[in-house]
Amino acid sequence: MSTPLLEVRDLVKHYKATGFLARKSPPVRAVDGVSFTVGKGETLGLVGESGCGKSTVGRTILRLQDATAGSVAFEGKDFFALQAAALRQARQRLQIIFQDPYSSLNPRMTIGDAIAEGMEIHRLAPRGEIPARVARLLEEVGLDPDYSTRYPHEFSGGQRQRIGIARALAVEPAFIVCDEPVSALDVSVQAQVLNLLADLQARRGISYLFIAHDLAVVRQIAHRVAVMYLGRIVETGPTEDVLARPAHPYTKALLSAVPVPDPNTQRLRIVLPGDPPSPSNPPSGCAFHPRCPHPAKDARCTTERPLLHQIGAAQVACHHAGTAP
Amino acid sequence: MTPLLEVEDLRITFPTRHGTSHPVDGVSFSVARGELLALVGESGCGKSLTSLALLRLVPPPGQIQPGSAIRLDGTDVLGLGPEELRSIRGRRIGMIFQDPMTSLNPVFTIADQIGESVRAHQKVSKRAARARALELLQEVGIPDPTQRLDVYPHQMSGGMRQRVMIAIALASEPEMLIADEPTTALDVTVQAQILELLDGLRAARGMAVLLITHDLGIVAGRADRVAVMYAGRLVEEAATAELFARPSHPYTKGLLASVPRITGAVTRLTPIAGTVPAPTAWPAGCRFHPRCPAALPRCATDDPPALPVGNAHRMRCWLAEAGRA
Repeated sequence: MSTPLLEVRDLVKHYKATGFLARKSPPVRAVDGVSFTVGKGETLGLVGESGCGKSTVGRTILRLQDATAGSVAFEGKDFFALQAAALRQARQRLQIIFQDPYSSLNPRMTIGDAIAEGMEIHRLAPRGEIPARVARLLEEVGLDPDYSTRYPHEFSGGQRQRIGIARALAVEPAFIVCDEPVSALDVSVQAQVLNLLADLQARRGISYLFIAHDLAVVRQIAHRVAVMYLGRIVETGPTEDVLARPAHPYTKALLSAVPVPDPNTQRLRIVLPGDPPSPSNPPSGCAFHPRCPHPAKDARCTTERPLLHQIGAAQVACHHAGTAP
Repeated sequence: MTPLLEVEDLRITFPTRHGTSHPVDGVSFSVARGELLALVGESGCGKSLTSLALLRLVPPPGQIQPGSAIRLDGTDVLGLGPEELRSIRGRRIGMIFQDPMTSLNPVFTIADQIGESVRAHQKVSKRAARARALELLQEVGIPDPTQRLDVYPHQMSGGMRQRVMIAIALASEPEMLIADEPTTALDVTVQAQILELLDGLRAARGMAVLLITHDLGIVAGRADRVAVMYAGRLVEEAATAELFARPSHPYTKGLLASVPRITGAVTRLTPIAGTVPAPTAWPAGCRFHPRCPAALPRCATDDPPALPVGNAHRMRCWLAEAGRA
């Protein structure tokens, strides 16, 4: 692959504490040095548990929030340096869909108007052509074109997510951040939406940053995967390699905790002790060391932060990855 | 031996503007002492309402219809007066919910809240109640239990709060615990901890557990039996190993085909077509027939009863009779 569509380098997002005790509180290090690329037509799965910073990564690279440090290059251009007009133009190429499409749809706007809004703002079609385009989009996401005059509350969760997808597609983006798009849906509907996203990618060559906590869902849709823990990527590589032969002890534990609907699957269950620590006060050295079950864990883990290094097809941030589990 | 809990032909109705809604419509099952029965289904299938009905907690204006029967150890729960009902609610049957934060009182410490439950059950001093609270915190695996006695719910993580809820439920030494989506709001690594805990408590105390969940994955390794609900009814019921080895109802098969897997080849998911119907207008005949890939002509008109498909394995589907299951 030549130049990637999107290249994120050393992205950092710290939230300063506000209010009464602000000066005493350390900043929340939500994202603490994250780098990755997404190629054209590729899906990168960004996985981790709540509070690991995965959603903040998605919002920061779209400039919905300002980054503390780092850079994002989109189609070779420095996205963080773009000024008003150029930014507006570039934003047409980058879209986002959320976990709860209902909260991102205006309840007083028909879904036809909601889908048309982006096309109007970016002047993508003459006014007269817009209704026909909306109808085509609704059809493309598997909804009846006659629904365009209805309001969001008339739809089920799965249908609303399809509307959210149609709305993102309206401006013909090259890249979509999918922030937990199926976690609020029932499994039968989740499968419909995952298939839809895969079809759209095959048809339109769109790239996705697919943010999720469910490794099985990510395995279904992502070409490559990056596992986050406490603001950093701890393991990344081709999905099949990382999930078949996880090298980081956290990836192993996460994988072993995925519920499998088959009682005959004999699996080693690694139940991690404790909860993920607070990103305002991350542990020293390797942030995972207080919960790490690796038998070779030593003093180095508590003092020296491990950097990503190549192990097989993946990159892993662990001093002892590659030695016996 | 009589089962601990028997539910027979449970029907719950709600008056709505669009006519009478029948969210639970003829549900029968039983739970033996020390057994873990999983009630599985998607949103709106009536599983949570069924569990609330067991403690007569159906929110008004919902009504349990005459002809329904719920028996705990032979006692008719639906015929009990308020005083006798209190001897069951929270005492012989404990209950925990998806979101522990809404069930815990934010202005009382953990010791107060567990102590309250202890003293509601036994006439003991405050000091003894506190000592019992400490024992319970130890039993549910809370680290540093002595220090945790005097903290408030907001100072704990989601997983810890769910452990506290379990401790409160255990204070009365219940014979049965109803767990309504107890791990849905938790991260997978924490979910694994809570499920291990529930399983351990069941074994240690011989306590029956009714696990309400949408996730077939968490059922597979733990439940003794599984009952699948769809549109207000049980559509399939069997021992866990049998159900996963020979899923027979087209809905159960559809659910299993919709779940992305963490092992094996990645293939396109097979979702269930369409959406769940509204409880005000269940389809005539078999309620699944409009979405069923194997529907026969009679399915549109004749409602199938529970038919045997194997050893203690029943389903509401005409395919059982046709021998095509």
